[in-house]
Amino acid sequence: MIAFLHGLASDAMILHAPALLVAVPLIFSAVITFLPSGRVAWLVTVLVSLFSLWCAAILQHEVSLNGPISYALGGFPPPIGIEFRVDALNTLFLLLVTGIGFLAAIGSWATVNAEMRDTRINLFYAAYLVCFTGLAGVAITNDAFNLFVFLEISSIATYVLVGVGARRDRRALPAAFNYLIMGTIGATFFVIGVGFLYAATGTLNLTDLAARIPDSESPRAVQAGLAFIVVGLGLKLAMYPLHQWLPNAYAYAPSFVTVFLSATATKVSFYALVRFLTYVFPEVDAENILFTAVFAPLGIAAMIICSFQAVFQVDVRRTLAYSSVAQVGYMLLGLSLATAVGLSASLLFLFNHALMKGALFLALAGVVLHYQGTQMRDMAGLGRQAPWTMTAFAICALSLIGVPLTAGFASKVTLLSACFDKGWWWAAFVIVGASLLAVVYMGRIIEAAFFRAPANPQKLRKEAPVSLLVPLWFLAIANIWIGFDASFPAGLADDAAGAALSTMVRP
Amino acid sequence: MFEFIGERYNYWMIIGLMMIGLYITFQSSNLIKRLTGLSIFQTSVFLFYVTLSKVNGGSAPILFGRDWKGQGKKAEAEAANGATGDAVATPYGGDGHGDAGAVGYGPVDGLYETYSNPLPHVLILTAIVVSVATLSLGLALIVRIREAYGSIESDDVARADLETALAEAADRDESEATA
Repeated sequence: MIAFLHGLASDAMILHAPALLVAVPLIFSAVITFLPSGRVAWLVTVLVSLFSLWCAAILQHEVSLNGPISYALGGFPPPIGIEFRVDALNTLFLLLVTGIGFLAAIGSWATVNAEMRDTRINLFYAAYLVCFTGLAGVAITNDAFNLFVFLEISSIATYVLVGVGARRDRRALPAAFNYLIMGTIGATFFVIGVGFLYAATGTLNLTDLAARIPDSESPRAVQAGLAFIVVGLGLKLAMYPLHQWLPNAYAYAPSFVTVFLSATATKVSFYALVRFLTYVFPEVDAENILFTAVFAPLGIAAMIICSFQAVFQVDVRRTLAYSSVAQVGYMLLGLSLATAVGLSASLLFLFNHALMKGALFLALAGVVLHYQGTQMRDMAGLGRQAPWTMTAFAICALSLIGVPLTAGFASKVTLLSACFDKGWWWAAFVIVGASLLAVVYMGRIIEAAFFRAPANPQKLRKEAPVSLLVPLWFLAIANIWIGFDASFPAGLADDAAGAALSTMVRP
Repeated sequence: MFEFIGERYNYWMIIGLMMIGLYITFQSSNLIKRLTGLSIFQTSVFLFYVTLSKVNGGSAPILFGRDWKGQGKKAEAEAANGATGDAVATPYGGDGHGDAGAVGYGPVDGLYETYSNPLPHVLILTAIVVSVATLSLGLALIVRIREAYGSIESDDVARADLETALAEAADRDESEATA
């Protein structure tokens, strides 16, 4: 599939794919504001995200054939100019962002059309493309400051997208404002950290930083930089207890925005964290303490506490949002193992979680279309009224719990075996315990949907539209397929972990 | 000890500003004040970068004096090309001498005068643009919050949200009781 997409491309296309992947959505976000507000804007968005997906597939194939690609923007050679560098770790996230972006964009028309004012649809899609550009840019750039700029491009667009939800529920506005405050503090902490690194080494290129940090004359400045970067990115990726902005933002944003953000935004920040910890800072002394004394306990706290909080939510979207924070905990636990297997397990978990959370929110978007609310009681009896939507929802819910023969099972087993490799046998109790909590909070929703009488008996057979069901079922089937044969995402994750740790075994 | 602290007065001012900004952001209930605090916090980081770029005795990174008059190596190379008098010697320009881009890293051949490092200034220009965008978006959100809630105090907004949530809960209990 990927080889076929690669075969379609011309040589110039292959050469410039890194730049085009980011530049085309950015340019079209401006173009869309001039287009009429309506189906055209949606069509352009779908085509542009498809184009970016194509670029990501080309890059994935190129990297697997020829190793990392370096692309010098503007013709300035790397340590001086801004560099886009693509290795296996980047391609994993590029495929994830563009793939989910494409699927979410296909399914978006029905919900955006229903939730947005008719005259503003093109502006909404413009903001979405800016967000898409920013996330793809974070995943591809090899320059610390450029990474900050892309992070803020995506974040500012995200604040707008969350705030737009005010048309359905005014609580979206304070949610967006709090997200803006927390997100900006996070980004500013990141910039302070980058400033320390620049002061200590005199470079911003990540590869160059990795080479210069071991010889730095001021290890204290490097450590301070590391601390600021971890806190800043921790805010962005909703690391417990820095996750307070997330539940409200996800619960009150327009449905489509939640689909896209839950599957990509925190994941891309996680990428930035992995990139800095494993690639830039492999030899900083403080890092071992960071892994065992910060990430492991915080990850475990997130898994247990946020799963508990998810159980007591009455709004299904908030349940899923808290569950997202809990899932970030699993990823941090995998990262805190500080082994190649652990990192690979963490990345596989992340990939699978993006697939299932995207699908769950997509199914909810279909529910919102007909029933307005996403309260627990609105779910009652939906299994009979919207069987296709809710069956896909149930499949992904089982996957989130980690039932065998689903993607969630594959990722949890990989994570468990990585923990055992390290000798952290107690982690098994934590993972199983958090999964049992997932049984409770997802079980409540499934029970309401399939075993209770409908709340609105007069609305029979209100299925989500086909344009939404197609991406939803694509994701649901992907969840089952990965449950049987996890070789594709596991291979991606293994290569990515290898690429991330490539500077760790420096001669 | 005091000398050590005194010499680094710029960093103390930055830390002070940073703490003031963060305190206002977290403590204030007025949304506009919170945004102001955020701006102060960001400004302190801009100052941090500008401080980093300062080279002792260095001037603003604009070619002047002998560099400008065209007596440096770079100018000589340009003179050979017949471009005398033009001060177009950008850091990326003439490839006459090795690592041309490294103006700020230390003594650079071809330049007689000392200049501050221009790169952090450029970075901070970008960061200022980002912070302006954030600030304007934040103010726009406050306008919408004022329209929706009739207040810009976060306490009032939280209270209104709590009332909404309680009303929803009461509604839910009622419908469950009837069911």
